[in-house]
Amino acid sequence: MQNIQDLEKILNSELNTKIKSSLIKHNQIYLKIDEADLTEVILFLKTNSRTKFRQLIDITAVDFPENEIRFKLVYLLLSHEFNQRIIIEIDVKEKEIVGSITSIFPAANWMEREVFDMYGIDFKDHPDLRRILTDYGFEGHPLRKDFPLTGHNEVRYSHETKKVIYEPVKLEQNYRNFDYESPWQGTKYIKEQTKE
Amino acid sequence: MAKETKTLNLNFGPQHPAAHGVLRLILQLDGEIVEKADPHIGLLHRGTEKLIENKTYIQAVPYFDRLDYVAPMNQEHAFALAIEKILKIEVPIRAQYIRVMFCEIGRILSHILNVTTQAMDVGALTPTLWGFEEREILMGFYEKVSGSRLHANYFRAGGVHQDLPKGLDKEIGKFCERFPKIINDLELLLTDNRIFKQRNVDIGVVSKQDALDYSFSGVMLRGSGVPWDLRKSQPYDCYEQLEFKIPVGKNGDCYDRYLCRIEEMKESVNIINQCLANLPVGPIKTDDGKISPPPKKEIKQSMEALIHHFKLYTEGYRVDKDEIYTSVEAPKGEFGVYLISDGSSKPYKCKIRAPGFSHLQAMDYLIKGHMLADVPAVLGSMDIVFGEVDR
Repeated sequence: MQNIQDLEKILNSELNTKIKSSLIKHNQIYLKIDEADLTEVILFLKTNSRTKFRQLIDITAVDFPENEIRFKLVYLLLSHEFNQRIIIEIDVKEKEIVGSITSIFPAANWMEREVFDMYGIDFKDHPDLRRILTDYGFEGHPLRKDFPLTGHNEVRYSHETKKVIYEPVKLEQNYRNFDYESPWQGTKYIKEQTKE
Repeated sequence: MAKETKTLNLNFGPQHPAAHGVLRLILQLDGEIVEKADPHIGLLHRGTEKLIENKTYIQAVPYFDRLDYVAPMNQEHAFALAIEKILKIEVPIRAQYIRVMFCEIGRILSHILNVTTQAMDVGALTPTLWGFEEREILMGFYEKVSGSRLHANYFRAGGVHQDLPKGLDKEIGKFCERFPKIINDLELLLTDNRIFKQRNVDIGVVSKQDALDYSFSGVMLRGSGVPWDLRKSQPYDCYEQLEFKIPVGKNGDCYDRYLCRIEEMKESVNIINQCLANLPVGPIKTDDGKISPPPKKEIKQSMEALIHHFKLYTEGYRVDKDEIYTSVEAPKGEFGVYLISDGSSKPYKCKIRAPGFSHLQAMDYLIKGHMLADVPAVLGSMDIVFGEVDR
């Protein structure tokens, strides 16, 4: 088995201009790179005989709505030969289009579709970028932080029209997000009320 | 002049007994040959990841039972490990053994279901009836230890919820004595069965390279001859101290995957036996009051315990700002949790990596050129459970 420190050194020397930062944590390598270098770096990691990251484990995104560059795309790769894992991160702006890696890993197809469905990030040259987990004709991207937990529409069978219909969500009681951080000083809404 | 032929579009599912749940498969057929398969998933999508972001870490555990609902504790394990790694919690040895034991029970639960329903998909009913009798007993163990047959909610960061009830270890030991004979019976029905072999041998063949490219894991990968098991290569909890073998297939077809599962069940029995033999006495969860709740008795006497209890069940414990990917070898393959914590008591992001998602993705590649009747056989051997595919 290859030492994780050595592996990090190899990555830094071979890809030095492309790596923004690298870090070893929890016995895994965390790499930060630019969106423009993504396909090149992933192809290198897959094919180079000293890295051999032959398996794509997952692709996901993280939403930071308050940041200027809103999303972070995360690629998880695994090397069976050296028994190492790597986590690659790129920053993506809203409405920015990212290069697809389906030509390198066919497994990326559905993973990118899922990211598109859940976060609305577009992929260039993806063979079949459709929604995957949500309903046909769904609107919005559920895992974005500004998407409400209860969603927008609810579904029921209507006896009048004899079919399934969509209606705006009506709840007897809204989802209550309690503020436990400082329960002794009163919750936020009370503070806001007392200010007025 | 050649006769003009037209391809036929066939809608398989979403309600089909051989689809193992709610899979809608759009098949393009040329006669009986499948030209293209387009799985439509998401009919069981419940937004688990979104829900977890809105719950505390303790409240998030039950959602993991509802992913792969035939082996619930294996999923909880991945989540518990992720939190433990971030918080650097030492798990007591007894808790590790109990967790491993119940993970292996989960593996048997899942493999019985898969092997027998795969047999049912290709025409054999008896294995299902025999196998489900055993699942019933195993789920009885789940109930005795956690109070629930399916949705256990048993693993916690730092250990397990409660100790084994008195006598349960003996009962599990008795089961382990009896169960190898049941596997043998199942094998007598299937392994050399002419029909079963005709339906499975050389069907859905996956080459080594393709298994890697399509992100296969677990039995799907080992069936193709890749000796990779996270319990061995990246051991977690007490797997390092246990001895067991990893069965590896040769041809990568449905039949080899079936054989791997049968062998894995035997190994699981072996692991459970070792756990029972080595089960030490001691605590079953970490004694850090900030993470695991105090015993009921203490709450009545100690002010500190009362405060801990109150804080744990209202705010929940906080997890330091960090980012981690942990994975376990679930019965279906590599089940991973990519967790981002922000220092509060709720996860900022929790991505669940389900093995079945990548397996089902390869459906089109696996089934191309096969007959329509092979669709259930291939689906069955992939071990798809929609709870985890759709999340």
